[in-house]
Order: sequence, then structure tokens, then C-alpha cells
Amino acid sequence: MAVLEVENLGKSFGGNQVLKNISFELEKGEVLAIIGSSGGGKTTLLRCLNQLTKPDSGSITVNNDVIFDSKAGKLSDSELRKKRLHFGLVFQQFNLFPQYNVFKNLTLAARLLAKENNKGKSLAELNATYAEIDKKAEDLLKKVGLTEKKTAYPCELSGGQQQRVAIARALILNPDILCFDEPTSALDPELTGEVLRVIEGLKSQDNTMIIVTHEMEFARRVASKIMFIADGVIEEIGTPEEVFEHPTSEKLKSFFNKSVEVIAGKEE
Amino acid sequence: MFLDVTLNLLEGFKLTILIFLITLVGALPLGLVITFGSMSKIKFIKGLTKGFVWIVRGTPLMLQIILVFYGPGLIFHTNGLGRLPAVLVAFIINYACYFSEIYRGGIESISQGQYEAGQVLGMTKTQIFFKVILMQVVKRIIPPMGNEIITLVKDTSLARVVSCVELLKAAQDIVGLKAIIWPIFYIGAFYLLFTGFLTLLFGFIEKKLNYYKG
Repeated sequence: MAVLEVENLGKSFGGNQVLKNISFELEKGEVLAIIGSSGGGKTTLLRCLNQLTKPDSGSITVNNDVIFDSKAGKLSDSELRKKRLHFGLVFQQFNLFPQYNVFKNLTLAARLLAKENNKGKSLAELNATYAEIDKKAEDLLKKVGLTEKKTAYPCELSGGQQQRVAIARALILNPDILCFDEPTSALDPELTGEVLRVIEGLKSQDNTMIIVTHEMEFARRVASKIMFIADGVIEEIGTPEEVFEHPTSEKLKSFFNKSVEVIAGKEE
Repeated sequence: MFLDVTLNLLEGFKLTILIFLITLVGALPLGLVITFGSMSKIKFIKGLTKGFVWIVRGTPLMLQIILVFYGPGLIFHTNGLGRLPAVLVAFIINYACYFSEIYRGGIESISQGQYEAGQVLGMTKTQIFFKVILMQVVKRIIPPMGNEIITLVKDTSLARVVSCVELLKAAQDIVGLKAIIWPIFYIGAFYLLFTGFLTLLFGFIEKKLNYYKG
């Protein structure tokens, strides 16, 4: 049973068609890496999945819950909010809340949701839920290796540390699918390793992930599926072996050649 | 003599402080409402708000005080508002319009990513605004708000146009009554003390909010 089913997703900005008939499925525990040149539609696809950008056409289904269908009526704000929670998103620019310390960044949204879902229950029950959230935040901080930064503010952290906090923040709400939008693109090269290691560490049978990335080595090592997008079309999708060893489309071949040229150029 | 004058001036100073405080209490929240109007997606509300702000910022505050004080009586042949209420209404509306533009600048300076982070974490629009955006806006608008609020201290002297005996009017009355000139210069010290206190207060708030950047 697929966790995620995307059918015929399309999106235009003005006259520019950024996504054209995107269809794919993802099984539970799979890690999908989306690769391709800038401007190809990778980030737009991720934003459409997270409903930050409204697609023009097609449908998105997570665990049999239709979270978007262009043929269905418009969702109310509260429905949209609930459906969005199927996904977690880690941004390129981290987007931590600067006025809150690390711990509050993690717990803020979870506590607000708990308060909303526990309406009518006693204060003791609510406090118990809060305690669970706090415990979970501690566990997640441990997982991303930042326990000692619990009370630090985002401005006191390195980019890599901020991104690890952002990953923990996305995980605290238990999303069915965790998305990463170029999670290391805003980082200095020496800081990308720590973030990629954390993402790699999340790989398990339960965590389904979608990662938009330019780190080819990382994609090859961690992903179970690679999707190559060019000009808003899925040119190729398959296992890392299929895509990296035996690319069939011309666009993918030339994309790899260009990547190699860039690397070779750097070494000269 | 000096003590007498000082005591008289203190009476006026009390009214100055009263106008200052009530204007802030009214204009700070009203400004936010006007901000939401000027940022509304509904074109009619946006246009109406922007037009209103244009009129209020585009005419002298003194004229507005006169209008609020005499206007209702001339148009509706009623007694209208009292002197002080009229002054307060004019001040609150005037300052709310200036504040609204400062708020708007602050809100628009917050990156879209902050809203999006809130959205993907399942927060409502209201929660995003009050829990995520507002504190960041407050930090950013402290310097321009300090400017505006210090201007307000001095603008309170305009209340004399409808014979509200605030500090400047109190001094003028003494000058006229006792035929001495120095009280009018003496009140400068009152204003300086007041604005000096506010400068320190704003410096303190800025420092308090310096625990984070961004």
C-alpha cells in the first residue's frame, strides 16, 4: 500500500508551466531523492506536496486521505491545516523562530496542537500531554546531537546546528512523510556532513522521506528511489543503480556530464 | 514665586502626561487594526484605509483637533465633545495612522519563510501572527516607534488650540498673567526630562530584546 500517491500534478506561474503531469507513488520507509537542474520544478513539487503552493491540477493522496484534488471543492483553512500535517518540511533557510530557544522551537507547535485537540479535558490531562511533548523534544534533540544546546537561541548556533534543530522540529509532529528542500544548500561545505548524517540516520522502515538535493553522492547512498526532474517533467525515476549507472534519457545524461564538468573544473 | 510657577506648571504637566498616556493606550492597538485594513486582500477595505491614512497624515494635527472639537456642533447642532475628549479622539486617530505605517513596515520585513514554517507546523494564521511574527515585528519597530512617541510628547502642546491647559498653555497663561517671560523657557526642562526618560526606556527595551538576532 503506497503512503503517497501523486497523480497528474500540474502547476503554472503566469504562462510558465513549472510542473507537468507529475505522477508517482511512494511506499512506506522509502527515501526518494529528487535531483535536477535549478528551475526544473523540484522545489515547486515539494511546495505543492506541502500545500505551500496550490497546484493547478491533479491529486495528492497520503495514506488514503485525499489531501488535494483539483476536481474537489476548496478546503477550509482548518481542513487544509490538518491535511498539511501529513507532511513535514525542512527548509533550505532553516526558518527557525529567532525569538525562541531551541527547546521552544521544537515544542511550540506541538503544544498549540495539543491544546486544541485536548479542548474540554482537564488541566492535569493537558499537562500530561505537555510533559509527553517535552520528553519527545528531549529525545529528538538527543537524536540530532544537540542536547546541550537546548536553551540556546538560533542566532547562537551554526548553520548546521540550526538545520538539525529544524529537522527535530519537523519530526516532533510525526509526519507521515518528511520533506527536505535542499537542506544543505545554504550551508558552508564543512557543515553539510553533520546534517546529511542526521538525515541518513533517520532512514528506517517507518520514516518515509523526500529529499530535494544537489548532493549526488548522498542521494545515491541514502535514497531508495531517485527522481530526475527537468522542465517540470519526471524524466526518469528508479533505483539509484538504474538512474546513476544506466541513465536512459538524454537530459539526464547531459545533467550528469555537466555535474562531472563542474567537479572536474573545481579540481583544476 | 518660583515654587508657585512650578506648581502651576506641574498642573499643566499632569494634563500633558494624561494626553500622552491615553493617546498611546488608544493608538497602539488602533494602529494595528488600521494596519490590517491597509494590508487587506479586499480591495475596497484596503483603498478605504489607505485613503483615510492619507487624509490624516496629510493634514495638520492642529486642524484635526479643531475639526473634532467644533465639527459635530456645526454639522449636527449638538453640544459635541468636551475639550479634552475632542483632543484625545484627534490624537488617537492621528497617531494610530502613523503607527499603522510603522507596523506595516515591520510586518512586511519579516521573511515569508517564518509564515511558511508556521504553516507546515500546522499553526493557524492567528497563531502564526501572535506567536511567531509579532515579537519579531516589535523588536524591529522599536527605533521608529521611539521616534514617533517622542514626537507625541511635544505634539501634546497642540491641545492648547482648544484651550486645554497642558504644559505650554499653562506657561503662556502665567506669562500673560504675571508679565514674566521665563516660565515659557522653563517648561523646556519638563519636556527634556520627559523625553529623556522615554529615551532611556526605549534603550532599555531595545537591550532587553537583544537576546536574539533576526
